Amino acid sequence: MPAEQFVVLAGAEAGPLTRLADYRAAGGFEALAKARTMEPAQVVQEILDSGLRGRGGAFFPTGRKASFLAQDTGKPTYLVVNADESEPGTFKDREIMFTVPHRLIEGCLITAHGIGCDRVFIYIRGEYLHEFEVIKAALEEVHGADLLGGVTIVLHRGAGAYICGEETALLESLEGKRGQPRTKPPFPAVAGLYASPSLINNVETIATVPKIIELGAKQYAKIGVPPDSSGTRVFSLSGNVVNGGNYELPMGVTLRELIYDVGGGIPNARQLKAVIPGGSSVPVLTADQIDVSLDATSMAEAGSMLGSGAIIVIDDRCCMVQLGLRVAQFYMHESCGKCTPCREGTRWMVQILESIEAGTADQGDLDLLLDVCDRILGKCLCPLGDAAAMPVASYIAKFRAEFQEHLESGCPMHGESSLENVLAPVDQHTHDPVAQVPA
Amino acid sequence: MNSLHDEIQAVRALYPVSRSATLPALRLAQERYGWLSPEAFRDVAEALDETPAYCMAVASFYDMYHLKPVGRHLVEVCTNISCALVGAQQVLEAFESELGVRAGETTEDGEVTLRTVECAGGCGWGTVVAVNHRYRERLSAGDVPAIVQELRGEASNAG
Repeated sequence: MPAEQFVVLAGAEAGPLTRLADYRAAGGFEALAKARTMEPAQVVQEILDSGLRGRGGAFFPTGRKASFLAQDTGKPTYLVVNADESEPGTFKDREIMFTVPHRLIEGCLITAHGIGCDRVFIYIRGEYLHEFEVIKAALEEVHGADLLGGVTIVLHRGAGAYICGEETALLESLEGKRGQPRTKPPFPAVAGLYASPSLINNVETIATVPKIIELGAKQYAKIGVPPDSSGTRVFSLSGNVVNGGNYELPMGVTLRELIYDVGGGIPNARQLKAVIPGGSSVPVLTADQIDVSLDATSMAEAGSMLGSGAIIVIDDRCCMVQLGLRVAQFYMHESCGKCTPCREGTRWMVQILESIEAGTADQGDLDLLLDVCDRILGKCLCPLGDAAAMPVASYIAKFRAEFQEHLESGCPMHGESSLENVLAPVDQHTHDPVAQVPA
Repeated sequence: MNSLHDEIQAVRALYPVSRSATLPALRLAQERYGWLSPEAFRDVAEALDETPAYCMAVASFYDMYHLKPVGRHLVEVCTNISCALVGAQQVLEAFESELGVRAGETTEDGEVTLRTVECAGGCGWGTVVAVNHRYRERLSAGDVPAIVQELRGEASNAG
């Protein structure tokens, strides 16, 4: 069985580490003290040399992102932590926040020192009330212990919008607007929050920084599958698996080990049918692909992505058309409406998938669905549309026979699918009355 | 209790630009009024030097703001993939039958609003239900009657 390796969650093996005294007893804030003896540029160099890549899903080298920050602009530089975790299947940032809140704060302070910033915003998803309270309490302790070093950290709560996890939409939302993505360029490193240079990093990414400083970049870079996939991931395991939960493991563990050895396999003596390996927006893998190593290169070779590290296990009771429909309904609900291919395309996808599931579609409709996916892919300002089109196109590619069967003789599950008639918020919201504009 | 206006000014001071306080101000107003009524929008707009229309344009973008009255209790069932794979629809239907309303509706006594929500972020511990914004995890349909009873009990105590 692959051993868990604690980097981000270190010290919390036995349970949440939510008191400052306990976190310090486990070595907490020693990395901050060390970092503050280093030149800022040296801190960024360490992050660069560690091979750390963004844990939100895009996997962009964190140190390089920091090195893009515009210098000598006469404006403040901001650090923004993306704690708007909302990718279906993903619940790792939530676990990090409620188990090691001080490590996130320590990571903020080290990064702030590295990039010369004295104001940090943590944008936390609005639904995460408990996590907000935990971070708030931790922040008060850190403030009381005089560890902030002149840095102000503001906790900003979202209000329910998946799109605000996209970094420019997040900035819009933080500026008090509708969360619609911006055109890039300019990139946030040049003109981000309040048109100032801004670095935006995911919770897990920032919470990894203290360990990099503690171990040193060289040592950290040896974990996992260097050079492209160094380090651990906090994998979120969910769906039809015995032991759902978050598990921190070095990259390079196989999907089979994660599902069967760590996760205890498929419950109720069912067969594995498919795996979504990186959150609902990534292409699906079939049951015979699970010996793939969970690192960026191997996942790309397998035709998918590691994404947010969220693994959704799907057993043989699931109808793949219904799965596609539920995924498309989610993205239709969350499309911000700014770009036509995404706004209209996700709606078309839902309508066509509904007719395929109902047995009223023909071959032309399936071709049209693939055509709609193709017309969304790469044609919008942000990746939300792609996040709908990519997985659905992959379900058709990998489970073509099942889709064909729907066209010819209706759903082969005959009303017994695990996703039968699941009510999505898009359907429920249809009859919302329109509110009155105040006089 | 401080006035809503004062609470909003305190939040406003956290940001270099006052418009950034729009989301927290709307949340404070909603906590005060129970929903974002025309009065709530007017209060937020006045406190932030925005127009009510601007505040409404922002609020209508986000799922957590209520643009119409809701029950005193809010029950939100996640029906995204991970929860749906382990029985979220059965949990939802149990709530519908216990409460006597459909998803998206409020009970006749105005006590409980039931709705489905997109991924709540508790995927490995499904089905996730947020009861008044506190997560209950690993729920199955059998857990629902006790939760409804708990809410009804609070309702009768309060009355």
